[in-house]
Amino acid sequence: MAFDAVLAALVLGVAIWTVAVRDTFAAVVGFVTFGLLVALIWVRLAAPDVALTEAALGSGLTGGLLVAASARLARTEAEATSELPGAVLQIAAAIVSVWVSAGLIALVLLLPEAAPTLAPNVAANIAATGLQNPVTAVLMAFRAIDTLLEVAVLLLALVGMWSLAPDHLWGGAPGRREPSDPDGVLTFVAQLLVPVGILVAIHIFWVGSVAPGGEFQGATILAAMWILATMAGLANTPPVMRRSLRLLLVAGSAVFFTIGFAGFVIAGAFLAYPANYAKLLILIIEIPLTLSIAATLALLVAGPPEQEPE
Amino acid sequence: MSLVLNALTFLAVAAGGFFFLAGTVGLLRFPDALSRLHALTKADNLGLGLIVLGLLFQTGDPFAALKLVAVWLLTLLAGGTVTQLIARAALGGRSTRVTT
Repeated sequence: MAFDAVLAALVLGVAIWTVAVRDTFAAVVGFVTFGLLVALIWVRLAAPDVALTEAALGSGLTGGLLVAASARLARTEAEATSELPGAVLQIAAAIVSVWVSAGLIALVLLLPEAAPTLAPNVAANIAATGLQNPVTAVLMAFRAIDTLLEVAVLLLALVGMWSLAPDHLWGGAPGRREPSDPDGVLTFVAQLLVPVGILVAIHIFWVGSVAPGGEFQGATILAAMWILATMAGLANTPPVMRRSLRLLLVAGSAVFFTIGFAGFVIAGAFLAYPANYAKLLILIIEIPLTLSIAATLALLVAGPPEQEPE
Repeated sequence: MSLVLNALTFLAVAAGGFFFLAGTVGLLRFPDALSRLHALTKADNLGLGLIVLGLLFQTGDPFAALKLVAVWLLTLLAGGTVTQLIARAALGGRSTRVTT
């Protein structure tokens, strides 16, 4: 109880500090710390799946993206922060912030005593999916359409970011080519850690059917290994024109949509699985989906094309 | 037997907690980046190592024990690397090798 109270106070404190601090990089550090503390809260709430995702995606990967963004903004930061918005804008921002906060507080206080839940329905029907982890059952069977849309949004984000490339670099490889230093610390750790990380990612993906884990968490670890290898200069990012890369990126959504539409014929509804083949079909979707998500996440971190096309 | 195991766990985890505390105090109190990093490695390496050691007495399952040890080894690797990289950045690209 005391631990939870301290944790809640700490999260609030870090959140306020992250918003209040003027320096962009410090705010990013605050955000990453905030994400790790929120992950701890999810553990305390007995939701290890959400905790894993928050730590890997919310804190780790988003943190990486924000660090890169703050490095890009560093040149213009002094200029931007010295500019104060006008009084009207400040008052409007304050009113909107108070309004949203009051709305959120009211929502939380007005929640019905017994929160509405679909958990008993999931527990009653999970046997039909062949899975044992209820979170994976919701993500891949009961609410598979949400997962499908999430993956589509990720792809759209990547395409949107690629469109920021200047014309003469279009088709080239994303990010800078990192110089490789055969005696460097990063090279050493990339050579040692990447194989281990890939194994851990496969493990996390595979246990998703029975325990906390699954395709998003596994894919984030795979993406991290990809990023580590490119940062150490062991490998370059593939040019965005390359056909095999494009196929890898769309493979997950393509298989997902195909099996989804096949559901009309074989089970009578979009994304419906025939009774005895649910687990097999989920696995067939999940494997390319994991690879596609991993590639999308790694390329989101790499940024728009910055190298001359071959 | 379980009393002995519990006592060993308590001792190891308490010692690990002490190293985390010492590392945190060092991180807050030491004057420059390099000595702060030095303090931090004590928490990462010894503190986590002792806590993992303490937890090992509580796992009946050898697979879970192996996972705990793997967590410690991976943290050692990542911690050591990041410390090196931060130290180099703090020195402004100069080598961390001491020339005599």
